[in-house]
This record gives sequence, C-alpha cells and structure tokens, in this order.
Amino acid sequence: MSLPRNEAVSGRRPYMRSMNGWWRRDPYFVRYMIREATALIVAAYALVLLAGTLCLSQGEVAWNGWLAAMRSPLSVALHVLMLVAMIYHSYSWFEIMPKTMPVMFVGGKRVAAATITMVGLAAAVAAALALFVVAWLLRA
Amino acid sequence: MKASNAPIFWGLFGAGGMLSALLGPMLVFITGIAVPLGLLLPRDLMNYPRMLAFSEHWAGKSFVFAVIALFTWHAAHRIFHSLHDVGIHTGALAKLLCYGSALVVTLLALWSLLAIGF
Repeated sequence: MSLPRNEAVSGRRPYMRSMNGWWRRDPYFVRYMIREATALIVAAYALVLLAGTLCLSQGEVAWNGWLAAMRSPLSVALHVLMLVAMIYHSYSWFEIMPKTMPVMFVGGKRVAAATITMVGLAAAVAAALALFVVAWLLRA
Repeated sequence: MKASNAPIFWGLFGAGGMLSALLGPMLVFITGIAVPLGLLLPRDLMNYPRMLAFSEHWAGKSFVFAVIALFTWHAAHRIFHSLHDVGIHTGALAKLLCYGSALVVTLLALWSLLAIGF
C-alpha cells in the first residue's frame, strides 16, 4: 500500500489557506455575511417571545415581570437594533428570492428578478400594516 | 438510497424566513418599542387579561407558536450552514446543537402555550 506522498513521507503538514476575513474582501460577501448574521437576531427575538410565553403560563406576577423587563431602556434600545436587523433580514429575504424560488412564467414570459423582489417587498409592507391594524383594533 | 431529512429542514427554514420577513419587523416594533413606550399603541395593550385571552384562543395560540417555532428553525438552519463560512468545520455535533436547540425551543413554546390552557 502506498502512502500519500505529502504527509506520510515528508512529515510536512499540508498548506491550509487561512479563512480569516475572507468575506471582507468583497462588498458582495459582506452583504452575504450580514444577511446570514440576521439569523442571530431572528433567534434572539424568538427567545424574547419564548420568555414572554413562559412567563404568561406562570401567571400575572411573572407576566408583569416580563413586561417590566421589556420597558427597561436597555431592552428598548436592543429592540431598536433588532428592528434595524429585522428590516434588513426582510429586505434581503426578498432580494435573494428570485434565486431561491423556482423560475416563474407569466403569459409565457419569465418573470424578471426585480419584479419578484418588488412584489415580495410590497407584500412585506402590506403584512406589516395589516399586523399594526390588528394590534390597533385589539386595544379597545 | 437513504431518504434525506434535508427537505424538512429546508422547508422549516423557508417557512420561518418568509414569516419573519413578512411580520418580523412589525412584531419587534409592537412588542419591543411601541407598547413598552406607549408609542402609537397604548401601554396596556399587552396587559395580563388581554394577553391571557389572546393566548387562550386557538388562533392566538397557533400564531404565537408558529412565530416562535418557525423563527427558531429558520435561524437554526441558517446558523448551521454559516458555521463553515466562519471557519468552523461542522459535523454531527454541530447539527445536533443547532437543530436540537430549535427543537428544545419548540417544545418549550408548545408546553407553555398548552399550560396556559384554552
């Protein structure tokens, strides 16, 4: 049985190119990494809601404790940052949608990437407004 | 050929991505900024009786569960596939940690929503 030439014979370790900062070399990669990083914010927000649900199941005192925590200046500041990240998440989701969804045809013509993105962003704005209206109606 | 579980994770990733893209920003604004500050919406919008009634209703319960679970599965899938980009060579352990924590969050959400009752 022959040994691999590089390692076993010479004892040298193969050259591994460093991955440090690869994504900083190109603005396209930077946007990619920011898009991927928004997943951390989506997860963090889900945990905030999970904490609220757990508190709600424990009764009024626990729920009011969660509400008080949400009112703290630190929490509000973090939510402002989360809002910015969430808006970018939403924008980037529809920006890459032409690449993630199957090719679509309308009237025998392929739907343009920009059209798909614009329709998606319009749907996001409409959904956000609808959600706000529902919250507004619940206040009574 | 062994059946792949990838379509399930991809499906949850897609559903969570779409739900968070559509509703995420406004949800963060309402629960984290508007209601705590009384900005545009009253501060007592999320008081105990109202949120209890909301979470006791099957529709409210389903909505809260869908948001927590799908947001988490979306994030878990994306984080798992990004580990390689930051130089972490993934294996079974990384997969177990990512999807396992999503499963724990899902079960906790399910348990607490059922504990709230109907």
